[in-house]
Amino acid sequence: MARKDIGEIRGIIARAKRFDMIFGVVGVLALGLGLLTFVTLFVDMALDGYTRLTPDFFTEFPSRRAERAGILSAWVGTTLVMLVTACVAVPLGVAAGIYLEEYAPRNWVTDIIEINITNLAGVPSIIYGLLALGLFIYEFGLGQSILTAGLTLALLILPVVIVATREAIRSIPSHIREGAYALGATKWQVVQHHILPYSMGGIMTGVIIGMARAIGETAPIITIGALTFIAFLPPSPVTTAFPFVSFEWLNSPFTVMPIQIFNWTSRPDPNFHANAAAAGFILVLMTLAMNGLAIWLRYRIRRNIKW
Amino acid sequence: MSAARLSHRASRHIKERIIESILFLAALVSVGTTLGIVYILVKESIVFFGHVPLWDFLTDTQWTPLFDDAHFGIIVLLSGTLVSSGVALAVAIPLGTIIAIYLSEFASARAREFAKPVLELLSGVPTIIYGYFALLFLTPLLQKLIPGLPGFNLLSAGIVMGIMIVPYVASISEDAMRAVPMSLREGSYAMGATRLQTALKVVFPGALSGIAAAYILGISRAVGETMILAVAAGMQPNLTWNPTESAATITAFIVQVALGDLPHGSVGYQTIFAAGLTLMLLTLVFNVLGHVMRRRFREQY
Amino acid sequence: MSEPKPAIDTLPLKARASALDFYYGDFQALKKIDMPIYEKRVTALIGPSGCGKSTFLRCFNRMHDLYPGNRYVGEISLHPDNVNLLDKSVDPIEVRMRLSMVFQKPNPFPKTIFENVAYGLRVRGLNRRAVLEEKVEEALRAAALWNEVKDRLQDMAFNLSGGQQQRLCIARALATEPEILLFDEPTSALDPIATASIEELITELKQRVTILIVTHNMQQAARVSDFTAYMYIGELVEFGWTDDIFIKPKNPQTEAYITGRFG
Repeated sequence: MARKDIGEIRGIIARAKRFDMIFGVVGVLALGLGLLTFVTLFVDMALDGYTRLTPDFFTEFPSRRAERAGILSAWVGTTLVMLVTACVAVPLGVAAGIYLEEYAPRNWVTDIIEINITNLAGVPSIIYGLLALGLFIYEFGLGQSILTAGLTLALLILPVVIVATREAIRSIPSHIREGAYALGATKWQVVQHHILPYSMGGIMTGVIIGMARAIGETAPIITIGALTFIAFLPPSPVTTAFPFVSFEWLNSPFTVMPIQIFNWTSRPDPNFHANAAAAGFILVLMTLAMNGLAIWLRYRIRRNIKW
Repeated sequence: MSAARLSHRASRHIKERIIESILFLAALVSVGTTLGIVYILVKESIVFFGHVPLWDFLTDTQWTPLFDDAHFGIIVLLSGTLVSSGVALAVAIPLGTIIAIYLSEFASARAREFAKPVLELLSGVPTIIYGYFALLFLTPLLQKLIPGLPGFNLLSAGIVMGIMIVPYVASISEDAMRAVPMSLREGSYAMGATRLQTALKVVFPGALSGIAAAYILGISRAVGETMILAVAAGMQPNLTWNPTESAATITAFIVQVALGDLPHGSVGYQTIFAAGLTLMLLTLVFNVLGHVMRRRFREQY
Repeated sequence: MSEPKPAIDTLPLKARASALDFYYGDFQALKKIDMPIYEKRVTALIGPSGCGKSTFLRCFNRMHDLYPGNRYVGEISLHPDNVNLLDKSVDPIEVRMRLSMVFQKPNPFPKTIFENVAYGLRVRGLNRRAVLEEKVEEALRAAALWNEVKDRLQDMAFNLSGGQQQRLCIARALATEPEILLFDEPTSALDPIATASIEELITELKQRVTILIVTHNMQQAARVSDFTAYMYIGELVEFGWTDDIFIKPKNPQTEAYITGRFG
């Protein structure tokens, strides 16, 4: 059978290699488009909002005058809500992760739990808002408060914390575990003294990523009824009289950064758009910092841990 | 063994069981959450469908729940959801797949190390920010290209939503492709194929169910997205299949009602739960499908 | 083999390795290999694990180019045009179009049986259905697989048994009419019956194509090959007619390996 002429083969190879090279360029362009979008977004916010980025911006309440409107109630609200979120999500998530990795038998109960976690990770965030509205606010009577918001966001990021905990625990090699058991330690002692400390880095990474997600969530908070024009702060957690700590703030109405941004963006008056941009810039910066921290942490852990 | 030692053992045993129970309860919270969601959505929807016949809900072509002559045709909201998701996927699937193929088959290890965090950062931007970007940057830009484009439109929101989903699609697809064993690639290269030929003819088909999972999960993400659409597509229900129009999605509608006054127990209040139930069922179908595809892929390799 | 052997220097040469060194990064895996590959003969590479036989094989079709940090020194010249396959100016893709390889673990593509065999042809730009069907059938017949699959060419290749998959990979490699067919331990993942059928196939195939086979199984080398090369820690210790190597090896090292004193 006549074989193909070597020149013809070379031509075919050259053509194929040209496509190869074109795709290489296309791939880089696609990545570049993603990067470009991010940079454009960032720069656009900065340019739109820089006039508002004064120290006053952080200490003023929202106002009908755009130049005077600030984010005081918003960032305070965000901080308090995040506090509740962390206090609920971290213990619950880490505990659940430990249970699933160290204690759970392979039976249908465990399967159901795992299916649920995977499923919840894909549920739209607004559904969590409906859950909060119907159940927490009305059935449980928790009201449109910081507590409700914190609880809701905690449930939202719970799958993230659980998965991060499980993966961190899974990466601990079994010989470390076996060594501890061989010395006569109980399961909980092994978890307490070995598993938890070694997986702390991975867990922290997951928690940070979860919190970064929670800080930007808007839909569930709107559904709960965070008010968009709050010109007061929740009662302070620290009081001047005994017992020096108050939990009144948990029941207080509130607003958070994303809500404030949403409110200002939605106004037809373009003056407020600058406020939205400034607040948005700050929010993106915060999210970036948290995500960056998590990525850096993960990188450090991968390099440092030598089993 | 002395009795003191034995009782010490016993109390340690009890302590262990208590701790295990506590941890178990923590794990059950996830089940509780799902049950809570199902309970509240179904409960309020049942009340809703007591007022509004299911047939009307599915077939009416108007959505005006807060008017005196109220109509509850979910298809109006569905059209907004589907059109915006369609636009988003038209952006995310090609871009995400190209990036995945590039990272998996072309890029050096260093390029990959650089690109992955960049993609992660992109996916970490809060959606309200994307909404701002769509409304106040992209829409004016698009208005120059498409004269007559309204200030609120599904196209702008859809495009931004697509960009938001790209990292998601790209990373799941890339993981799928990297799982294809090297021996398959070597077999292709040994036949004189180039990288692109190997990627498209051998690796991509080999990773197909994993990539399908990525696409399906991307759809689920798009369908459930709220803020980008609430801000940039407008909240006016509008039965349309034209992306250059403004319309409300299921998610945007829930936001709109939540922003207003919600007398507990009114039909308006129940409407958002019926809408929520519809959304939940929709995303559930996609999530389950995506999960099944992912499992099938893992079993292959 | 009992027929009288021709004088070795009258045999037509298909390829020759000359002063071949190979480095994985800083590690030198092959040292000054000089070896002839005779046309339409089976040459076997044997030796203990890590001796470099697979590394040597993979030099022929420039597989090492796929991974960073590798370096060839020396020559592998391919006849009749006497081109140095290892030269930087020679396109590895072109080399791989002239040589074919069958791997240790059968690696059929996620495609139909037909498309697997047709793959190499399509890469070469042959897309006409009639031509493909003819060549695919010919390749499958040559690989002794045609009768078993002719009624299910549109089935996925995964559904074949291990031995059939390997024969499919051989058909795939044959379809492009390679100048040398490289086998990298082709039966180590197969059961004895499949192994026997592949060995039988190899002895038939040498009438069509020059074969270079790496095997960790000495008896296999003795069964199928005309020439054997014994390698040890990156060096070619001895090369010669298979009969000579196995019956009266010249090098005591070779003898030690052959008689099983180590390995």
